[in-house]
Amino acid sequence: MTPTRKRRLIAVLLIVAGVSVASGVAFYSLQENMLYFQSPSELATQPMPPGRQFRLGGLVKPGSVEKIGDGLTTHFVVTDGPEEVMVAYVGSLPDLFREGQGVIARGSLDGGGTFSASEVLAKHDENYMPPEVADALEKSGHVSATPEES
Amino acid sequence: MIPEIGQVTLMGALLISLAMGILPLIGAYTGNQRLMKVGQTGAIAQVFLVGGAFIMLTWAFVVQDFSVEYVARNSSAALPLIYRYTAVWGSHEGSFLLWELVLCLWTVAVALLSSKLPDNFRARTLGVLGLLSSGFLMFIIFTSNPFTRLIPSAVDGLDLNPLLQDPGMIIHPPILYIGYVGFAVSFAFAVAALLGQRVDREWVRWSRPWTHIAWAFLTLGIALGSWWAYYELGWGGWWFWDPVENASFMPWIVATALIHSQAVTEKRGAFQNWTLILAITTFSLCLLGTFLVRSGVLTSVHAFAADPTRGVFILTYLFVVVGGTLLLFAIRAPAMVRGSDFAGMSRETLILVNNLLLVVMAAMVLTGTLYPLLLDALNAGKISVGPPYFGTLFAMLLVPIALLLPLGFHARWQADKLKRLAGELALPAVVAVVGGIVTAVFLPSAGLWGIFGVAGAFWIMASCLVYYRNRLAARTGNRPSRSETGMILAHFGVGLFMVGASLTNPTSEEKHLRMEAGDSFELSGYNFIFEGTRMVRGPNYVADEGELLVYKNGERVASMYPQKRRYNNGQVMTEAALDAGLTRDLYVGLGEPLDETGTAWAIRLYHKPFIRFIWIGALLMMAGGFLAASDKRYRRAIAKQPARNSGMAEAPA
Repeated sequence: MTPTRKRRLIAVLLIVAGVSVASGVAFYSLQENMLYFQSPSELATQPMPPGRQFRLGGLVKPGSVEKIGDGLTTHFVVTDGPEEVMVAYVGSLPDLFREGQGVIARGSLDGGGTFSASEVLAKHDENYMPPEVADALEKSGHVSATPEES
Repeated sequence: MIPEIGQVTLMGALLISLAMGILPLIGAYTGNQRLMKVGQTGAIAQVFLVGGAFIMLTWAFVVQDFSVEYVARNSSAALPLIYRYTAVWGSHEGSFLLWELVLCLWTVAVALLSSKLPDNFRARTLGVLGLLSSGFLMFIIFTSNPFTRLIPSAVDGLDLNPLLQDPGMIIHPPILYIGYVGFAVSFAFAVAALLGQRVDREWVRWSRPWTHIAWAFLTLGIALGSWWAYYELGWGGWWFWDPVENASFMPWIVATALIHSQAVTEKRGAFQNWTLILAITTFSLCLLGTFLVRSGVLTSVHAFAADPTRGVFILTYLFVVVGGTLLLFAIRAPAMVRGSDFAGMSRETLILVNNLLLVVMAAMVLTGTLYPLLLDALNAGKISVGPPYFGTLFAMLLVPIALLLPLGFHARWQADKLKRLAGELALPAVVAVVGGIVTAVFLPSAGLWGIFGVAGAFWIMASCLVYYRNRLAARTGNRPSRSETGMILAHFGVGLFMVGASLTNPTSEEKHLRMEAGDSFELSGYNFIFEGTRMVRGPNYVADEGELLVYKNGERVASMYPQKRRYNNGQVMTEAALDAGLTRDLYVGLGEPLDETGTAWAIRLYHKPFIRFIWIGALLMMAGGFLAASDKRYRRAIAKQPARNSGMAEAPA
């Protein structure tokens, strides 16, 4: 082999090796960090194991928001009509968190079936409904998926 | 009346852009000088028309013409004057008009500054820019017309999204767009080279400053976006791996690879095809970013399918531009000449490795951004890819990049000896080890990644200083050119960025707590005393404003006033208070009131060490880009030698 060819061969082999390693790691990492979205109804039919991280979405059930202790811990119920899930969250709630509005919480179930949230996202503005939530509400037959006010 | 004139003006601009997209290309093909000239005149006419339309839309905002739907949606009678100007690009239609205006400005700059290029090459470049512009004008006129009337006219507007009523928002989009759209120039250059089937080193040299300037603006735009998200969104983070952020970061990564590859093509004539591919990819990613952010596909694939006009248009545009150029590349590229040889240990090889790592990084961001969309489109479940995916892979790829980076600019072109490099880099290696040890001893909370990150940063920064000192001390050869100084400055900025990025996250402390007036709390050695809240009134909002006094070792270091604003249209916004410092930021966010009387509040306190290094590093990178672009060799006449002769005076490496 001429030096040029040899060098090219080495370069190509290095590239192939590098890209395979990178895509392997990327694929593994993607699997590890995928967060599924579940509505309360989906959760009722196919329960998530306690401790497994996922995103829970639905409407904040009116009248269910409750401040515990010094007021930093909040308990509320997320519902999509037929099913509901109790959520516990410690920290400041987002500006647009309100009863009857769409919400997405990231976290996991504890042993007792309460969803312990590490992050709560409310909709970005008055007209916006998280698309996952709108979808889930539609599926569960909850008709008033879009808020009336503007 | 004015909005209708604006609409007509845009249509005129469309006709001109079509003429300048078609005629110069025909002229270049047939050798017709007169047709080729249409490119220059067209570019000038176009910028006046689009600029005029932009001014007319601005005027509608300033005089508050709520009979224009776009104005009614994004402004209100109480909106302060300065935000009426910036509301022009506050939403979809206006931001596309801004995009188009920026494209016209770049195009006219190319038309005016390209007189040294061969006529046919110049005509092709301007023609491609004209075609790009006509696509965007069609999009604006047919799907996103900002001048559409609202019948009946509104009495008052819906107001600008409060998130956008902020100084950071005034400059972030224009700067980002100048960067994004600037890559249209290197793209047009690549397509023109493919059409003419020649890449000349002189032409690559001509296109380099354009890439540098676009890259510098994109760097600044991304840094501004990160800074804006940090203080305005109120979460205290500086990067979230949000799809919108990724949309601007992907082109940046590939553009960085492009800058390096262009250097090789200009100096050594090698990597020609690779440079063309990177120029095409960079601009394609800019278009993809626009598509992702603007088509609604991110909020939901299905929402996009429900109202697909805009999305389908951009997708078609993307398909034509990317598919067309790649096809052109496949037909034309193999016919082009190859550059000079280089050894396994040389600057060329190291830049090749740099390019591979950067492209892999861009691919990984692309995968993580598009994968959820793909699964959603296939109805395979709704997922999101968590920030740890991006964080882990980014950090992993940064390790070889940081390790090899100093070798890259210390190595000589064509061939070098490892032994010589080891001699030059011994001192930086020692500095890196010392830096790592000092961090481990004085800042153990930095953790393993933090310690190695600082060591890597010192390795890079020390190598920059050693390189520059050697260049200044050299008896022979020229003084360091501006492009060399810019290069060193930008790489030094990478080092500073790494200090911030690796130290901020592990050493930050935050506390969410309940505070009543008079309460105090100590965080990271700072004593925060909450003095209570009062009502304040802004032009279009009322706010609860908290007052916190911060003491360190008994001395007052800051008074902070976080706000909870309620805008007239009902939206609520948290306005965090910041006390910035070189080595640390104090950051306070006001949560919600926790009792009926409003004396107790949920409050978030943050102590964020070294976060400013992230943006200072980015600013140095930007400054390096501008400085390199101002190098005088880019202004030297090109036509002095016949274009075929690619041999030129070897510029100092």
